[in-house]
Amino acid sequence: MTEVRRRARLGKVLAPYLLSLPAGLWLVVLFLVPLFVMLSLSLDTCNPATGGCAVSWNWAEFPQQISLYHSQFITSFYFAGAATLIDLLVSFPIAYWIAFYGGAKKNFFLLMLLVPFFVSFVIRTVVWEFILSDQGFFLGSLKHAHLLPQSFHALATGYAVVAGLAYNYLPFTALPLYVAIERIDKRVLDAAYDLYATRRDAFLRVILPLTVPGLFAAFLLTFIPALGDYINQQILGGTNDTMIGTVIQNSFLTSGDYAGASALSATLLAIALLGIFAYARLLGSRTIEEYL
Amino acid sequence: MSAVVTTPAGRTAAPARRRPPGGRRWTRFILPSYSWLIIAYLVFPIAVMILYSFNKVATGLQQVSFAWNGFTPQWYQQWKDIPGLTSAFWLSIRLAIVSTMLATILGTLLALALVRYRPPRFRGKSLVEQVLFLNIAAPEIVLGASLLGLFIYFNVARGFLTLLLAHVAFSIAYVAITVRARLSGFDRSLEEAAADLGANTWVTFRKITLPIIMPGILAGALMAFALSIDDFVTSNFVNGSAVPFPVWVYSATRIGIPPQVFVFGSAIFAVGILCAIASIVVGRKQP
Repeated sequence: MTEVRRRARLGKVLAPYLLSLPAGLWLVVLFLVPLFVMLSLSLDTCNPATGGCAVSWNWAEFPQQISLYHSQFITSFYFAGAATLIDLLVSFPIAYWIAFYGGAKKNFFLLMLLVPFFVSFVIRTVVWEFILSDQGFFLGSLKHAHLLPQSFHALATGYAVVAGLAYNYLPFTALPLYVAIERIDKRVLDAAYDLYATRRDAFLRVILPLTVPGLFAAFLLTFIPALGDYINQQILGGTNDTMIGTVIQNSFLTSGDYAGASALSATLLAIALLGIFAYARLLGSRTIEEYL
Repeated sequence: MSAVVTTPAGRTAAPARRRPPGGRRWTRFILPSYSWLIIAYLVFPIAVMILYSFNKVATGLQQVSFAWNGFTPQWYQQWKDIPGLTSAFWLSIRLAIVSTMLATILGTLLALALVRYRPPRFRGKSLVEQVLFLNIAAPEIVLGASLLGLFIYFNVARGFLTLLLAHVAFSIAYVAITVRARLSGFDRSLEEAAADLGANTWVTFRKITLPIIMPGILAGALMAFALSIDDFVTSNFVNGSAVPFPVWVYSATRIGIPPQVFVFGSAIFAVGILCAIASIVVGRKQP
């Protein structure tokens, strides 16, 4: 009898750990361990011919890789930054409108914001290639009607890459913004109007300050994935504006430079973490998780 | 608002809420029109995809051309004419089903632990939460590259198994967070009532807990399925000789994609939208 009771008590004590053990184990082995392996690989010296790596504490890999590919880093920052800025400007009004005036149709509008996700990411990007192509249904017709000069090109330019990134990551910006604006207590707005605020005042001095954490969360949730993206650039961009993701992929899959690719991945991860820690320090009252 | 309505005519009382004039133009016309414009922009490429799935080909090659050559339902009749594409599609479906099942079970268990227990009883809870967040926030290329590094380091042959391991690894966190969000309003007294009436832990879970959290689990499973079937970056690193659908499409862009790709894209879109609408309807019925 006491044996059974003791076992039941032990089960209760262990319950949280038993429940989280399978997922935890999976994440440790296939998420945390790989990150450590990657960090250790970045300090190795690899032989591209055999693919074999040996630990050499080669810290020089980081400055070497970064100086070698600094222009790809700059391009990535430039494209991802431009796309994120566009997304923030474009999605703020719609997030605001859905949060304040969506009414009974809120769920419908949120589903519409998510609608691009129902088409495979690669196909979405390929479709933009069709839309922006010179001979396509759209630019082709415009050129045919002499509304655009024949020399006009959209594909293989930075603009096409930014357009693709901005489209593909718009839901990543709009949804956190919606969550942030939704949370604003509407009575605060009423109070502002009772105190004779104009619409402009109410927006600039009440709504905007209250959404600042949401704006930064949306920025990070869009900018970080866009920074590592290379599909948009590979499909829509030219050969001169390669992003850092392409370099990592090629080093890993084509040239077999695991140490170099790991150093670049580690740098990318460090940039992402830096952004997240800065957010936690500066706007720490709410975590980014709440905007997911 | 009601204060304004009930004011007798002719008397100008200061309304309780003084909204500056001119706002109606914004809320009734400018913002809604703008929002519908953005929705049109989001839907536009999907319409283009469906449109081009009906485009005739001009040359002998089965490739979608940028130019519009006329309408044909041919590609829907010959949807399985590209063997590589069809097998890539079925591989993706198999992969998504298995990885969704695993990720949903693991993620739901983790979500239960996170919702029910706090630090004195669940040490390391915040560590788990930080790992989940890191998993979601890290750029996908870093996850894919580091997984390939692991498989190379331990000499694991790349194929369906490594794809499955990777897909579950990036889905668990999303499932756990989705299920946890739906679980947070859960009324524990129902479980206590069942226990008082003599149900053991397992019966309580099966008869009380599981039915209540089912909409959350379904939402998490849909999320995991969508993530898996759409994944390119990680899959492209760890796939080896197994080729999932997005990886096949991406490599086909180099030589020109067959129209059947858009047929599959349109079909996946249709099924996805139906599932989403169904899940909204189910969610509404069970608050």
